[in-house]
Amino acid sequence: MSALQRLFGFHGGVKPAYHKEASTTAPIAVAPTPTRLVIPLHQSIGGPPRPLVKPGERVLKGQRIGSADGNVSSAVHASTSGTVVAVEMCLMPHTSGLSALCVVIEPDGRDEWIALQAFDYRAATPTQTRDYLRDAGVVGLGGAVFPTYLKLNAGKQGKLETLVLNGAECEPFITCDDVLMRERADAILRGAVIMREMLAAGQVLVGIEDNKPEAVAAMEAAARAVNAASGDDAIRVVAVPTRYPAGGAKQLIRVLTGIEVPHGERSTDYGVQCFNVGTAYAIHEAIELGQPLISRIVTVAGNVGHARNYQVLFGTPMKDLIALCAPLPDSDRVIMGGPMMGFLMPADQVPVVKATNCVLVGSKKLFPPPPPEMPCIRCGECAKVCPADLQPFEMYWFSRARIFGKAQEYNLFDCIECGCCAYVCPSRIPLVDYYRFAKSEIWTREVEKEAADEARERYEFRLLREEREKQEKAAKLAAKTAAGREKAAAAVAEAQKPAVTPEEDAKKALIAAALERVKTQKELVHPENTVDLTPEQQAEVAAIEARRAEIREMAKPHLRQDD
Amino acid sequence: MLEALLVMALGAIVLGAALGYAAVRFRVEGDPLVEKIDAILPQTQCGQCGFPGCKPYAQAIAKGEAEINQCPPGGEEGIHKLADLLGREFKPLSAEHGIEKPKSVALINEQTCIGCTLCIQACPVDAIVGAAKQMHTVVASQCTGCELCLPPCPVDCITMEPLAESVETWKWKYPVVRLHPVQKETA
Amino acid sequence: MNNSPYFLQPASVQSVMLRVLLALLPGIAIYVWFFGAAVLVQIALASVTALAAEAAMLKARGKPLLMFLGDGSALVTAWLIALTFPPIAPWWLTVIGVLTAIVIAKHLYGGLGQNPFNPAMVAFALMIVAYPSLMSQWPAVGFTDFLPQWNAIFGTRQLDAITMATPLDALRTALHTADARATVAGVLGNDATFGNIGGKGWEWVAAGYFLGGIYLLQQRIITWHMPAAFLATLFLISGGFALYDPTRFVGPSFHLFTGGAMLGAFFIVTDPVSGCTTPRGKLIFAAGIALLTWVIRTFGAYPDGIAFAVLLMNIAAPLIDMYTQPPVFGHKNKRGGPP
Repeated sequence: MSALQRLFGFHGGVKPAYHKEASTTAPIAVAPTPTRLVIPLHQSIGGPPRPLVKPGERVLKGQRIGSADGNVSSAVHASTSGTVVAVEMCLMPHTSGLSALCVVIEPDGRDEWIALQAFDYRAATPTQTRDYLRDAGVVGLGGAVFPTYLKLNAGKQGKLETLVLNGAECEPFITCDDVLMRERADAILRGAVIMREMLAAGQVLVGIEDNKPEAVAAMEAAARAVNAASGDDAIRVVAVPTRYPAGGAKQLIRVLTGIEVPHGERSTDYGVQCFNVGTAYAIHEAIELGQPLISRIVTVAGNVGHARNYQVLFGTPMKDLIALCAPLPDSDRVIMGGPMMGFLMPADQVPVVKATNCVLVGSKKLFPPPPPEMPCIRCGECAKVCPADLQPFEMYWFSRARIFGKAQEYNLFDCIECGCCAYVCPSRIPLVDYYRFAKSEIWTREVEKEAADEARERYEFRLLREEREKQEKAAKLAAKTAAGREKAAAAVAEAQKPAVTPEEDAKKALIAAALERVKTQKELVHPENTVDLTPEQQAEVAAIEARRAEIREMAKPHLRQDD
Repeated sequence: MLEALLVMALGAIVLGAALGYAAVRFRVEGDPLVEKIDAILPQTQCGQCGFPGCKPYAQAIAKGEAEINQCPPGGEEGIHKLADLLGREFKPLSAEHGIEKPKSVALINEQTCIGCTLCIQACPVDAIVGAAKQMHTVVASQCTGCELCLPPCPVDCITMEPLAESVETWKWKYPVVRLHPVQKETA
Repeated sequence: MNNSPYFLQPASVQSVMLRVLLALLPGIAIYVWFFGAAVLVQIALASVTALAAEAAMLKARGKPLLMFLGDGSALVTAWLIALTFPPIAPWWLTVIGVLTAIVIAKHLYGGLGQNPFNPAMVAFALMIVAYPSLMSQWPAVGFTDFLPQWNAIFGTRQLDAITMATPLDALRTALHTADARATVAGVLGNDATFGNIGGKGWEWVAAGYFLGGIYLLQQRIITWHMPAAFLATLFLISGGFALYDPTRFVGPSFHLFTGGAMLGAFFIVTDPVSGCTTPRGKLIFAAGIALLTWVIRTFGAYPDGIAFAVLLMNIAAPLIDMYTQPPVFGHKNKRGGPP
């Protein structure tokens, strides 16, 4: 089958050592349920889900504990039955070392499922199926954790040419997709058949790097069975050349179909959509078994004695998982993901989440610290290996100099952070770090700019409103008074001064009373940012406040001048 | 000699006429410079610059009546951008106008608030909601952190809460340039 | 702790530079065979000066000494200067040249990776403008005696016996004089067999550099774009004019194998720091250098034009790069679809 497929190349790429053998010798094992599960509510791209449970509540395995919030969001579920002991901020599996809201569950050991019921997607409308998948928490398991229901939309044409299943798994060390394909090929393809129907896709291409012959054979056998049952030859398994990052969604689509999906555009508009094989398996579980996404296959590899793949409940501490694999004594870090694109974890007790395809244990010996950074000599090696056809050294130059506009002109946001450029750089420049830095700076600026624009709009509207109110008040007064001009003029003049009405007199009395009441409290309540100030700073603050009071006085006539 | 003078004079007249025509024909409505300066200012409308809002300050800068270093919320970066736009020298933030503080939002202590509406009137961006004798609250997403609501509050129930960093707003740091230190001679 | 990628390919600036030096060796060996060991003296002199100047500048700029001294970039500059200067140039000429390259052309612009101009070519251009006659005294082929060469470098200069103009210089001088009867054949002779096409000995040295260039290509240190574009352009333009008037314009075999053409094609034009970086930019950049080289060689006042051609194109490199950015993934075919 694969021989018939015409393949396309992609620019660049590198060939790091695979290190995949160690974790593929043993079959998938089920990791034991830990004594405590810490399940982050925010495990996918998009808005953080709202918590649905309170401490003390008993939950069942598969019970929804966080509901999708907003257009882009995905639900989370209890990984086993037990008691919610806390809904609190816990350390996230994120390089920042920051915390986020998590549901902490103490398992009761009974592993009691909710009532499981298959979902009849053929009887449901596509929207209903998508909502079901959103509430089942199915997200892309390749690492990007984009909510899957959003991708199961055929787009403008209503049908797709090609559905791509991504089993390339190009990152060194990671083998979770490999073993999943070896052991559960049928289930993966059952999920693929559902996706194909939802997307009305013509053909299904399963791309697998040719260094995984067992997975290719297993998938081919399963595909033969499915094709024989359906009577067409829609599912084809394609062995693609092993070259990192062939498993990048865009790169794999390019290799299999020749189509290049530009950054920021939907691949469905190009007649193609790509899912990870793990995601296809999760869809099978959600729709045909009624099980929401509560676990995944995780590779534990690196500096361990027995690298292996485990079926792991979300919320399991990485520490527990590593302990199963006999970590070597010189281990000094935990990386989530592979050595090319993985993220350093702040500690080993962080939980396994939907994005965790691999728990990579590192050591100085395995991942030696990079030699000192030298200046860029513009040798162009990075451009030669860039799979996005970028000019990495130009982006580096401008990111380093914080000239973000220029970095964007060199298409910084087309960068997929695959790390090929840094891998080959003879000057050992941490290029990807510069891109990450520049990207997050640009994002922050965009958010700030939006906030500033909104503030400007609201401020201008307020000025407009104040003006209108003043005029309305003056007009009302003018109409009320029979005497006419004199009084009206007086009223306008009055309106321009801070008007004192009996109503306001009463309010002032109230304020005075309140002031008395809180006088003692006053010492205790300080603005947060004025505590711990030096005398100089306090003097400064006082000066500023005085000047602001002046300004407010100045501002009053100024605002009036505008009409 | 005379011809030369005539030619020069003629040239001056022709070019002058062309310039005059262009000035009328391609007249720019509004003042784009003020808009550009205003786009750089942070729109906190806090008045720390000595002007009653960001726009008036922008107008003053455009007219050359104000320095570019009077905006504490804009910080050093804002001054750099203004300096680039206007071709002026960078100046450190003027101390008399304040210091750069971490971005904060106002928070009303609901126990203490007496519902006097004074802060609502002071807020330049209408980010405080409430009614007379009712408890007020700040819409955090719209608060610019200008602190203008602090002084009018008769019971001092408003505090400024610095915005905490979250996983979503966390930024990758500037990569540390790893260099070996210069070897010092043992002298 | 650093961030991903945690795997790095074993490569370094040092290994790149050392392989460049290695690639120069065959050319140098043939150079010594035909023109004596003087060039080795110049290489040693230039290397020592370059390292000293580099160390002084690094110290002055507060940069880590060992890391940058070891990168080998100063040595590459030094060797290129030694190979482009006459081997019997007085020692101070080489020293000033190297100092110019390292101090002015390299470090005053910000050091490794920041120089807009090829440092070796800055040195060559400056010296040939300042000392045109010294820069034009080349050893005659066959006079490989070491002592007179040593004396020429360090002692009193009695050069008549051992110097002669390079074939390029001789040809240009002859064709430029008022003597209308001078022809290419008259100056160079009609013997067009290898060994006599670029001037005796010189084409063998060029062949040595060519060999080194192939090694650099094989090691993927340089790409084919620049050497190919440079040599092809030089071939085409000189060939075209030689066809038009073979008595006044010398053919491509001479141009390609004489002077600094081969050294330039693989070692000078290909300097990544000061040249173009996009594939199309590289082609334009190298073709531009070849064109300017031919023009300067044919109509200019200096014996070889590569240095000036390189410097002129260095100025244009950022602009060329800007206009030749390769299309980014997915931006090529706006609508997509299989090709």
